[in-house]
Amino acid sequence: MSMFKRLSHQVSYDLMVFRRNPAATFFTLILPLIFLFIFTSIFGNETLNNGAKVATLYVPGILSLALISATTVNLAITMVGRRERGMLKRVRGTPIPPWVFVVSQGIAGFVLSVLMTIIITFIGWLVFEVSFNWETIPALLISLIIGAACFSAMGLGLTSIIPSEDAAPAVTNAIMLPLYFISDVFIPAEQIPDSIGTVANIFPIKHQARALQDHYNPFIDGVTWPWEHWLVILAWGAFGLLVTLKSFRWTPQR
Amino acid sequence: MQSAIEVRGLVKRYGEFEAVKGIDLDVAQGEILAFLGPNGAGKTTSIEILEGFRDRDAGEVHVLGVDPEKAPLSWRERIGIVLQESEADSVLTAREAVTMQAGYYTAPRNPEEVLEIVGLTDSADVRNRKLSGGQKRRLDLAMALVGDPELVFLDEPTTGFDPSARRESWEMIESLRQLGNTVLLTTHYMDEAEHLADRIVVIGGGEIVARGTADELAEQVDATTRITWKPTPSEPAPPSLLPITRDNVTGMAIVETTHVMAHLHALTSWAIENSIDLAELNVARPTLEDVYLRLTDSGGGE
Repeated sequence: MSMFKRLSHQVSYDLMVFRRNPAATFFTLILPLIFLFIFTSIFGNETLNNGAKVATLYVPGILSLALISATTVNLAITMVGRRERGMLKRVRGTPIPPWVFVVSQGIAGFVLSVLMTIIITFIGWLVFEVSFNWETIPALLISLIIGAACFSAMGLGLTSIIPSEDAAPAVTNAIMLPLYFISDVFIPAEQIPDSIGTVANIFPIKHQARALQDHYNPFIDGVTWPWEHWLVILAWGAFGLLVTLKSFRWTPQR
Repeated sequence: MQSAIEVRGLVKRYGEFEAVKGIDLDVAQGEILAFLGPNGAGKTTSIEILEGFRDRDAGEVHVLGVDPEKAPLSWRERIGIVLQESEADSVLTAREAVTMQAGYYTAPRNPEEVLEIVGLTDSADVRNRKLSGGQKRRLDLAMALVGDPELVFLDEPTTGFDPSARRESWEMIESLRQLGNTVLLTTHYMDEAEHLADRIVVIGGGEIVARGTADELAEQVDATTRITWKPTPSEPAPPSLLPITRDNVTGMAIVETTHVMAHLHALTSWAIENSIDLAELNVARPTLEDVYLRLTDSGGGE
């Protein structure tokens, strides 16, 4: 059987399961849109001196949130659930190569991230006159590919420290929520103290947000390739992958 | 004919504790074999070694001619596994779950056909979370069968079921016989093993304490048969060769014997001669449950 067929089979079911999970769809598909509306109503949508709208600056942070929800958060929670309910063990009892199962989780996350990028950019443009530079699409796609792959690997790695299904949302949110606040996702960089900003530099979320900011920055005419941010994200992705390879469990904890 | 499963001297330790103490096992192709024992006897540990989920500490294991520890993924095309505890995705329907599982195999059975075999066709479009316990178990079996396996492992397929759900599951498992599958099932219910299996292997305390058909197992234990009846106060003394005792509570006359035919003959001849009714006459062979309890009791030793 071709690898492509195996991957597309698994991805289509992962997306189906995602779509029918109300919590996952809310946090990944609905909440980012709500944030777009909340930010523009609280912080306003003034016109910048180059004619662009302020809402354009909110989009990258919101997209980071959507991407991380679709990958790290979603995977950490659903994979622990699948593990504790014996579903991963059942998968291991079939001839599907483990890597196919793992890689398709990343692909599903990428598909969702692209979908959210299109939805948020389009609604942003329609409602808030968000500007979009078509030339940045190749660089934006690379940011989404690297982001989805690496944040998926981190989500899978995270499952090894989560003991039970009940603990999964708590552990994941306890790690992610504070990082969102210091990583330019909700609050603009200039309002975050330098010391906290430095701490955030260590973690990957800020680099994901910054990479996406480069693609949506209305003050940049051409295309930027945010190498340094990509490298930090890739390093965290490699770390996540390493942890996954070493300690990912297919069988319930009990 | 080659055995579907061949095990020699299988040992599994957890730290100091020896959970499986050198067992031998042969399962012929097309045979339904029950691995019977109480909780903690080593059943699940053994079956998980055969399924390739656990490594062993000693012994030789061949499942469909392959060592599960070194088996390639293609080996998994040929086996189906019903785990003791595993759920299907609660947001999928039975049809979707079985179709998803089918996609993992090179030459799967038609999912519709498999749903039909396990009797889930009518509930195939219901989300799995709404299925009853018995229906969930059917779905487990459907997912194990959809790869068209030669060998099916069933780990405690009816534990925790009410009697009618158990009956249903039994019928379903019997249908595997028609499909020509080799089946290894574990259970701690004697009646389940007796009902479903061609042969029974009894395990206790990590060792095999008995093996054979249900009848052979019964013979292995020197159990006495009980003949009981309700005597009337007026009846004459029964033949002296009968070792009669009385139950002080019920007033029943009891003969415990291994010479069932001779003693029954003596009793009934005497009854006919004296025109006695032998009210509530009952001859009870030892139940397999008694046999099983005796076997695992003497064999466990822990």
